[in-house]
Amino acid sequence: MTAQTLSHPAATSQAGAPSGTARRRRGVRPARVVAFAILVVLALAWLIPVLWAVLTSFKTEADAAAFPISIWPTQGFTLEAFRTTLAEGMVPRWAWNSLLTSTAVTVITVVISSLAGYAMSRFDFAGRRMLLAVTVASIMIPGQILIVPLFQQMLTFNLVDTYWGIILPQVIAAPMVFILKKFFDQIPRELEEAALMDGASRLRILWQIVVPLSRPILGAVSIFVFIGAWNNFLWPFIVVNKAELMTLPVGLQTVISAYGIQYAQNMAQAVLAALPLIVVFLFFQRQIIKGISTTGIAGA
Amino acid sequence: MTAQLGTPPRALTEAVRPERTRRRRTENLRGWIYCAPFALAFILFLVWPTIYGLWMSFTGRSLTGANSSWLGVENYVEAFADPEVWSSLGNTVWFTVLSTIPLVLIALGIAVLVNLGIPGQWFWRLSFFLPFLLASTVVSLFWKWLFNPQLGLINDMLGNFGIPPVAWLNDPNTAMHAVVITTVWWTIGFNFLLYLAALQNIPDQLYEAASLDGAGSWRKFVSITLPQLAPTTVLVGVLQILASLKVFDQIYQMTGGGPAGATRPILQYVYEVGFTGYRLGYASAISYIFFFLIIAVSIVYSVIAARRTVK
Repeated sequence: MTAQTLSHPAATSQAGAPSGTARRRRGVRPARVVAFAILVVLALAWLIPVLWAVLTSFKTEADAAAFPISIWPTQGFTLEAFRTTLAEGMVPRWAWNSLLTSTAVTVITVVISSLAGYAMSRFDFAGRRMLLAVTVASIMIPGQILIVPLFQQMLTFNLVDTYWGIILPQVIAAPMVFILKKFFDQIPRELEEAALMDGASRLRILWQIVVPLSRPILGAVSIFVFIGAWNNFLWPFIVVNKAELMTLPVGLQTVISAYGIQYAQNMAQAVLAALPLIVVFLFFQRQIIKGISTTGIAGA
Repeated sequence: MTAQLGTPPRALTEAVRPERTRRRRTENLRGWIYCAPFALAFILFLVWPTIYGLWMSFTGRSLTGANSSWLGVENYVEAFADPEVWSSLGNTVWFTVLSTIPLVLIALGIAVLVNLGIPGQWFWRLSFFLPFLLASTVVSLFWKWLFNPQLGLINDMLGNFGIPPVAWLNDPNTAMHAVVITTVWWTIGFNFLLYLAALQNIPDQLYEAASLDGAGSWRKFVSITLPQLAPTTVLVGVLQILASLKVFDQIYQMTGGGPAGATRPILQYVYEVGFTGYRLGYASAISYIFFFLIIAVSIVYSVIAARRTVK
């Protein structure tokens, strides 16, 4: 039946387009109503887990553990779980560690990847092709297989249980180098040649001409590197054992395995940990969606 | 002929050469100076550990530093005879199968529905994509709470349909499914966005031409949309298989690999052997077996992609 209703020609759809420009995707048809209904159900399935966690975080512990369960806080909304989390636990400290290490990873990654990407795009130096090929090929190496040798290496460098130990192994972003190189390739060289004639140095050209022109791509790369570092679990989990140096994802995991059941508090912690990224997303929605759609940037 | 044109008269080359070599040298130097920070990090934290790990896999190296003698292929022989390797590898592959199918098909379905131009584009994108941005720990916390046998929302909802409480994460028969459901919820947004972009890149003329030929919407979907999406489906499928094979976080956090090892993925076994069992050499050998699996998938993809471009 759906197929049949779908196959009706655009008779109704023209009514939906007042300007007379009948667009393929306009108009109210039964098929669209069905599609809308399915989407609403799916969206609810995707939003309810978050809503329920948020509602739980506003409950008292007793309310959260009450049976039979009620979705709405029966004893009223309270910020008790958030207060306890922020006042007693190490969550603020872990959030700070996460912010510090993720920012450092982002800054270092973007700087070294831009320099390398620019050189690969503009300078015809011996070994350029080889370096590019090796960089691209390395995308196939799953970082997870490196945890054992990397940990040994960190032991040798005395970087276990340090911020640098968390940061340094995360700064190699081969896909980002490749993406930046591709982007720089598209920038017309004439702009730089004029500046070169005027005696500007290459570094200055990169900073004053290329970087401003590459703002969208640099923004997208920064956001994805930051999100990746903020959410990274495995590496910080391996390299850090001291509670005061843990990042947020690692810290939360240890709290839960140590203290177990405090539902409202657990949800408050999860919500607090999620909040910064939701803010990042609301600010940079366009770049994030475009970044994934055009380059598949976060998949690598 | 081009080669001839490219070779200037001998006299000229002689005169120009010193100038040219000098320029070549500065160009080489400059290139490597710009690449140096990246190249250094790349060698230190990627190339070297890759080689070092391979070397370790042939030794009896342990975290305590004792007995790091050369063993040859002994670790690999042990790994292939180790039932824990096979069971965790089996869990990993099973997780990959169970998660990849819905993560491709549901993402495609949602993208097609959203692309019909239904109002509230911003809202749909937000709803389906938002979980992708959450840390694994946050996602695991949410879903452990949802799957809680007594107090969880899922059993409560199922109870409305008269279904008795399921022990989800504590039952070897359901634990993997619970983890898969969590993973689908968490990561579908990425595939969804890739499909949505691909759908929007299909030229309108194709649909217009088909309409002129009298094709209905279903026919257009089958004959235009699906074939046009084929490259995206291959890409999404392979990225998903690779991502699913690397599963660790959510399983470790939700079930700890249990109950009774029913969900333990290969990476968790590597972690256990290396960091709780202190056998770094053996852990490296298992890592490399896993690495070859990943490379095999990547090579299969490259072959498919190459064949496609040749066509």
